[in-house]
Amino acid sequence: MNPVELQARAEQERMRQQQLRLRLLLCCSPPCLAVGAETIRQTLTELIAKRQLAAELEIVATGCMGPCSRGPLLRIQYQNGSLKTYEQVTPELATELLLQAVANRPTTHPPLSTELPFFSRQTQIVLQNTGWIDPENILHGIARNGYAALARVVHEMTPEEVCTAIKASGLRGRGGGGYPTGVKWNLVRKASAERKFVVANGDEGDPGAYMDRTLMEADPHRILEGMAIAGFAVGAEQGYIYVRGEYPLAAARLDRAIQDAERLGLLGSRILNSSFNFRIDLRVGAGAFVCGEETALMTSIMGRRGQPVPRPPYPAQSGLWGYPTLLNNVETLANIAPIIRQGAAWFAGFGTEHSKGTKVFALCGELVNEGLIEVPMGISLREIIFEIGGGISGGGRFKAVQTGGPSGGCIPEEHLDTPVDYERLKELGSIMGSGGLIVMSRKSCMPDIARFFIDFCREESCGKCVPCRVGLVEMYQLLERITSGSATLDDLEKLEQLCRLVQDTSLCGLGIAAPNPVLSTLRYFREEYLAHIRDHCCPAGSCRLDRHALLVPPEAAAQPALSREDC
Amino acid sequence: MRVDTGVSDKIATASDLLDKLQPIDEALRKCRYQQDALIEVLHTVEKTYGFLDEVHLDYLSLQLKLPPSLVYGVATFYNFFTLDPRAEHTCVVCLGTACYIKNAAEILTQIEKIFSLECGNTTADGKFRLLTTRCFGSCSLAPMLTMDNEVSIKLTPEAAVAAIRKKLAHSGATDTGEGT
Repeated sequence: MNPVELQARAEQERMRQQQLRLRLLLCCSPPCLAVGAETIRQTLTELIAKRQLAAELEIVATGCMGPCSRGPLLRIQYQNGSLKTYEQVTPELATELLLQAVANRPTTHPPLSTELPFFSRQTQIVLQNTGWIDPENILHGIARNGYAALARVVHEMTPEEVCTAIKASGLRGRGGGGYPTGVKWNLVRKASAERKFVVANGDEGDPGAYMDRTLMEADPHRILEGMAIAGFAVGAEQGYIYVRGEYPLAAARLDRAIQDAERLGLLGSRILNSSFNFRIDLRVGAGAFVCGEETALMTSIMGRRGQPVPRPPYPAQSGLWGYPTLLNNVETLANIAPIIRQGAAWFAGFGTEHSKGTKVFALCGELVNEGLIEVPMGISLREIIFEIGGGISGGGRFKAVQTGGPSGGCIPEEHLDTPVDYERLKELGSIMGSGGLIVMSRKSCMPDIARFFIDFCREESCGKCVPCRVGLVEMYQLLERITSGSATLDDLEKLEQLCRLVQDTSLCGLGIAAPNPVLSTLRYFREEYLAHIRDHCCPAGSCRLDRHALLVPPEAAAQPALSREDC
Repeated sequence: MRVDTGVSDKIATASDLLDKLQPIDEALRKCRYQQDALIEVLHTVEKTYGFLDEVHLDYLSLQLKLPPSLVYGVATFYNFFTLDPRAEHTCVVCLGTACYIKNAAEILTQIEKIFSLECGNTTADGKFRLLTTRCFGSCSLAPMLTMDNEVSIKLTPEAAVAAIRKKLAHSGATDTGEGT
């Protein structure tokens, strides 16, 4: 296939779609499937077969449409271009809607308003296609400009120009670190070696984050296109996409997408009739949080235990099998094609001075509207939580928002007007992270949340370096004593010291960032810790404190601190 | 279902064993016996037999020319691989952040109590295994669990126990925790 044929295919598919009287876009992402999307699909398919309507309408099983807590979601696209989205659809409602639409009768059921802040406050670049295409049909992606950027890159640009464009766009790593993508690409491009690799990091391990999963499931071709462009820019012919083991659907979709793209000559040898070759292989993780760390991820791709190695050398100098390797998060790679298509200046027009573009967040917790959103950088947390998210559910009061998962921190109400960008979140003791936003109400106890995250990191520590392996266990035990009401003020001091120690001396990002949830809750909610220790009460009412802890002799109270298994 | 791996039973003949290892050979051939493909092959073994047996690990170390310690190390490092035979029913309770703030810990405690089973263990009759995970990535449905890959959402402790009992009762499991 050459670029002209690609364009012709896109045009042909667009025409086909326009000629349909109706298109029924049904969200078939896991949250919607869990509430019955599959039954709706079957009902509609049967109805279409029964009424012999297959020629004039189609059902499209799409990826995530966004407002996950309102599923199952059904979007009806009319021939004149008008759209209606319905929430909490049942098979009966879907049947009724279809029959009314086919008979050209006005629908009686009210659709979701497009004016809802949940939709109107978003800016979608990365999520442009999710919810609009069938991820298993490559033509759907092509019809929405899929692979057009790759065609342009391989025929009209030099690798240097591509790197310059990405650098000029101001795009920074979306996995959490925020390293300038263009700079990284240039480093790998300039490294001289006989082989180079591109790796896409889809090992989204943060609990409460599902941006990457959605992207890989709902628009896999966008990521593959980004990887191929990256391969061209840095001079690599082989790419790996590493998918978290917990996401079998994402892995299956990517596998299929790679095969489809290869069949059309969009990946593989002589891509789009150019001299550029690029192959992508899928690697499925086996359940280890630490594999999100770049060096650990590469060790895992090479079939070993996912344990990190000290940097430098950075992957850009010596990565997979010792060759220069470009490692980007899948969301970063999903930004590449739009930047090439619409220009670096267009992309840089979104966001703040140092953080450009948009960020996808998984917004969940005690909220009215939970779901997947994409907002321009610089938007305030308050707008995200109270406008897009619709505020706290059940009339509760806001307490804190947790960003960045186990490596991030909790941000209290007084800082909600902070604009979302890499630097500002860091100043608050949290991080941008991969994009999980968990909103907590007054019911959540902050020391308990800190304990929860340290428990997570303790379990997921790879065990290679002592500060992380031993320090986190100690921290967990101290937090356990605090939340059970048997701690002293000395313990609190010890906890703070340990936080600094683990932060300063751990080998990789897991250990370095692990104390963040403790430090940030100590910074903003110290009173709650003191209440547990001094007053033996949990202000949130969630911890079961031992009210008689003080009466227990100190030796006995200290006993559970060490057991055989812990040594 | 418990898959017979030919290990715990007396091995009748060597060819019998080799027959049983055939899926591993196939996986190895597919990756051209590359040592780097160890994790992929382990995935195949886990999928085929339901768990990793010592014989499988030894066989892999022999075929890939890797030290047994390395193969064992990889097999035990990752959460996905299990060295115990799978139970008939597996319940996985999500303990991700969104589930946790919506009371998932209480759900887990309740299940542990009702079925007198500690998380990570299998009941004595091999019917029911209780596990946890850190996030399925469907946080808007929190708190949730899966029972044999069937998702139950927005749970209360009572609803969770009921969902498990329903599944167990279907298969005629002896102990559905009713008595406790």
